[in-house]
Parts: sequence; structure tokens; C-alpha cells
Amino acid sequence: MIMSGDNAAQKSAGQKNAAQKPAAAAETGPGMGMHPVAERPKPILAGLKRVETKMEAKPTIEAKLPPPTEDPERAERIRDRARTFIMPVVAVFFLGLFWEIYSSRTGVTLPGPIKTVTESWKLIAHPWFDNGPNDKGLGWQLLSSLARVGMGYSLAAVFGVLLGIIIGKSAMAFKALDPIFQVLRTIPPLAWLPISLATFNQANPSAIFVIFITAIWPIIINTSVGIMRIPVEYENVAKVYQLRGARYFFKVMLPSAAPYIFTGLRIAIGMAWLAIVAAEMLTGGVGIGFFIWDSWNSSRMSDIIVSVFYVGMVGLALDRIVAKIASLFGTIGD
Amino acid sequence: MFETVKQPSAVAQAQGDAAVAAALAEREAKFVDISGVHKLFGSGKKRYHALAGVDLRIAKGEFVSIIGHSGCGKSTLLNLVAGLSLPTTGSVAVNGKEVTAPGLDRAVVFQSHSLLPWLTVLENVLVAVDSVHPDKDKQFRMDEARKYVEMVHLGPHAHKRPGQLSGGMKQRVGIARAFAADPQVLLLDEPFGALDALTRGSMQDELTGIWEKNRKTVMMITHDVDEAVFLSDRIILMSNGPAATIAKIVEVPIPRPRTREALLEDSHYLAIRKELLHYLIGTGLHAAA
Repeated sequence: MIMSGDNAAQKSAGQKNAAQKPAAAAETGPGMGMHPVAERPKPILAGLKRVETKMEAKPTIEAKLPPPTEDPERAERIRDRARTFIMPVVAVFFLGLFWEIYSSRTGVTLPGPIKTVTESWKLIAHPWFDNGPNDKGLGWQLLSSLARVGMGYSLAAVFGVLLGIIIGKSAMAFKALDPIFQVLRTIPPLAWLPISLATFNQANPSAIFVIFITAIWPIIINTSVGIMRIPVEYENVAKVYQLRGARYFFKVMLPSAAPYIFTGLRIAIGMAWLAIVAAEMLTGGVGIGFFIWDSWNSSRMSDIIVSVFYVGMVGLALDRIVAKIASLFGTIGD
Repeated sequence: MFETVKQPSAVAQAQGDAAVAAALAEREAKFVDISGVHKLFGSGKKRYHALAGVDLRIAKGEFVSIIGHSGCGKSTLLNLVAGLSLPTTGSVAVNGKEVTAPGLDRAVVFQSHSLLPWLTVLENVLVAVDSVHPDKDKQFRMDEARKYVEMVHLGPHAHKRPGQLSGGMKQRVGIARAFAADPQVLLLDEPFGALDALTRGSMQDELTGIWEKNRKTVMMITHDVDEAVFLSDRIILMSNGPAATIAKIVEVPIPRPRTREALLEDSHYLAIRKELLHYLIGTGLHAAA
């Protein structure tokens, strides 16, 4: 029904748009408005990426040609490339300047950028120091947070894809489970923490559970949409040429739904990283979240700022890694 | 009429069992047996009567084309034989067995090639081979798949993905996949409809070449009058939908193997072509009015 029209759209969109496809599908998907999260970040990220690749690819082609004496286009490209490097530096400089001016005012306790770097130099320069369980470098703090996210996210990926396949394949399961998921997915991550603490009686499994329950919804929803949108042509091929069971799963279903599944995984990694800091603040132990909370309690504002910066960098890295993996699997279309 | 019909009959008669022979001959005369088929889609106000009382018998080894205007239910009829949908009333049987589901005995070449884009040419053909020979070893299945890839002259492209192939090449992979299933009936759903005229011509030559060698029973849907005359033993003309049915059946008594040059000289060819065009133009005007 929806299959044929959507499929035609996919064809014309071609493989370059494969990454954006799931986001577009999410808007019109069955279970309407299932994930506003899916619509928002995708086009922005895809747009950014395209600009970058263009910038990087062209000069290498140019380099092989003999240098043209006068090529206004080339000069323009170099200027444009320079701008993409210089403009962010300029922006950061002015941001730092305003920050410095603001914090130098009397009565402001927020340290300025210069004070932050000097006060927390030990933290920045030595990420791997280890003076016992209560005094570790930022590298260790981030690693233990990443380990928790890794656990919770992996569990969410496995169960999310499985549940997504089930509700995508079975109309009965969809009818039964979709309303429950719609309610559960709107619960803020931290609201789960007391429940998980009561269930597990331990801090670490509780934090992992919070990550799991935060990350699983976009994975379930995107996977199920991907499964529901397997083009009817592929289904017919599977029927006529008797692709069943594992062969159907690996040769038709999984490759066809892969772009959608990876969209879900990419949204999920961002949400998992968002949730970990808050969860760790409450559960304690080694981890970047508790480190920030501990710094706040001991009035080490500059340490907090440095930690927050690292949290952002790691979050960006996680997003890029999942996007890279997705691009390896997701764009094998015609 | 056909060698394939005579041979089993002769064997059976040698056993002195005339009844069995007669039954066999009868079964082969209506190898594909479509009788009293009606097909309705939807329900209530949206109900659409696609096919109304279609009766058609196709003999074993016969090449039959179905021609008609868009929306006349040609593809619906083909899907019924493929088992991709079931008739509302009436029955479809192939080789004496009622069609209830899709199966390897009725391979389909889809209009939109329908190759799996993440598999190579060889792997796409292997999909059918693996289903036919699940018990054979890997080497045998690979050799088998390669044989069919080479049959459609795509040997050098065996490890390319469909995205790297032209439209004609994609459709050749579709044909290789269908033959690899070793079906009893081959169902072609406007196989060359999306191709340009030159590619289409060479694809038709290739298809007749393959068909002359193994004489599968073929049911082909087409829009193209010349294609139908060139390839078929019989041409089925469908009336316009809704409630489409068989309007006319035209025999093509042009001897095989056929070549395009010889066809142009053939007196039958021009007469049949004229008859078909006359019918299509007439019904087209009728449909437009």
C-alpha cells in the first residue's frame, strides 16, 4: 500500500540520499509522530557532511592538473576553504572574549577561559593520573562513563533491533506494543533511575539500565519503520525465489532496513551520552558525571568547565563513529 | 504439435496404457490452466472488478503473449499464475496442480528488474540456485549460477552490483535468475518495457535464442505488438478494464527459428500485425471516448 509509492521515491532519490531517507520516512511513517528526534538532527548533519566532502575532494583532483595560471574558480575555492577553517576560529575567539569580559566583572564566580586553563592545567595536561579510586584523571573518568554507555547501548541495540523487527513484521505485535512504547519513550531518562535502583540495588547496573532504556526507543521505532518499508518488489522476489528464514533475514530484510536501523542507532548514541552524565551525578563512583558533581561540591568551577568540554568532544566523536559505520553499511543501494 | 508432447505419450503407449497417455496429453495441452477466474480488489465502494471470467489454457512448451492497454489486468493475471495473489473465484493450475502460493516452478521476470541491490550479479542468480539445490555443495551451486550468468553474456560483470549495470544488463540478470530456478513456466511481466528500442531488440533476440534451446512454457506480458509477434506462438488480446477478459486469441503460424529479416518477408507477419494494431487502436479510441 504505502510500499509502492515510497519505493518509487526511494529510486529517484538514489543512493546519495539514502542517509536522509529514514528521516523523511519518519515524518510520514505509520505510528505518526513517533520520533520527533529522528527528524531534527538528520538533515542538519547530512547537510554539513556534504559540504565538507566537497571541500576535501576537489583540491585533490586539482592537484593532479598542471597549475593554471589564472583560474578564478580555483582561487575562489581556496578562499572558500580558508573561510571554513578561519571562520570557526574567529567565532571561538569572540566567544572566549565575551566570556573573559563577562567573568572579569565583579561578583561573577564563573572563571574566565584563561583562569580555567591555568587553574585546571593539571587536569588538562595529565588525563591518565591515578591516585586511588577517588582521584583519577579525566581520561579514566571518561573511560568508565564510556564503558557504562557501551554496555547499555549495546544491550539497547540488540534488543531494540529485535523488538523493532518483531513489531515491524507482525501487525498484531505492533498493535499490542506500540501504545506501550509511545508512553514509555516519553519518560525522561532520570525518572527511571529510582525504579532501576530499587530493582538492582546497585549503582552501576542502575546507570547502565538508564542508558539502555534511553537508547532503546529510537532504535525500536526506526527499525520497525525500516522493516515495514521493505519494498514490495523485494518481498515478491523473496516469495517467488523462496527466500525464507535466515536467508530472507540476511539477504532481504536486514540490508533493506539497514539505513533506517543505523539512523536509529545514531540518534540513540547521542541520547545515551546525554543521559550518562545525569545518571552518574546521582549514582556516584568513577565517571565523568560524578566527577562534575564532585567538582561542583568542592567549588572547582574550572574543572567543571574542562570536563564539560571533554563531554562534548566525546559526544561528537561517538556520533561520528556511528555515522561512519552507518555509511559503510547504509549506502549499498542502487 | 510439439516434440515434448509426443515423447511422453509414446512412452506411455508402449506400456499399453492408453488412458494414462491420454491423461498425460491432456495435462500437457493445458499445462497452465486458468478457468473461470474473477479477481476483485478491495471491498465496498472501493471494490474494483479487475478480471471477469478469464479462461485460458497454455500447452507445455508454448510461448504465449498477453497484450492489451494499460490497466487491463494483464499483470493481475500474471500474478495469479505466479501465486503472488489468488483468484477471487475460479482456479489457476499449473501442471495439474492448483496454484496457492508462489513457487520455483513459476519463475517471474519482473518489470522493474527487482534485483537485490546489495548483492552482486552472481549472488542475485545464486539466490535462485540456492533455493533449487539446497542440498548440493557450494562449488556446484557457484558453477550453476555462473552458467546462467554466462548464458546471458554477463560473465565479465559477474561481480558487479546492479547499480553499476545498464538497464538492459539488469534485465538480463533478471532473466538469468528466472532460468536458474529451472521453472516449468516462465512468467515475463513486460520484461523489456523500460528499455530503449535498440536494447529491446537485442534482448528479444537473446530471449528467443535461449528459448529455442530449452523450450520452456512462457507467458509474457507486453505492450509491444512487434515483440509479441516475433516471440509468440499465440497472442492473447485483453479487453479494457474494469472487468477485463480475453477479447481475442491470435495464432502466430510463423515457422521457427525466426529472424527479423525473414519476418518482414512473411505474409502472416504483416496480417497479424495489422490485426493486432487494428484491435488495439480500436479499443484505445473506445477507451478514450
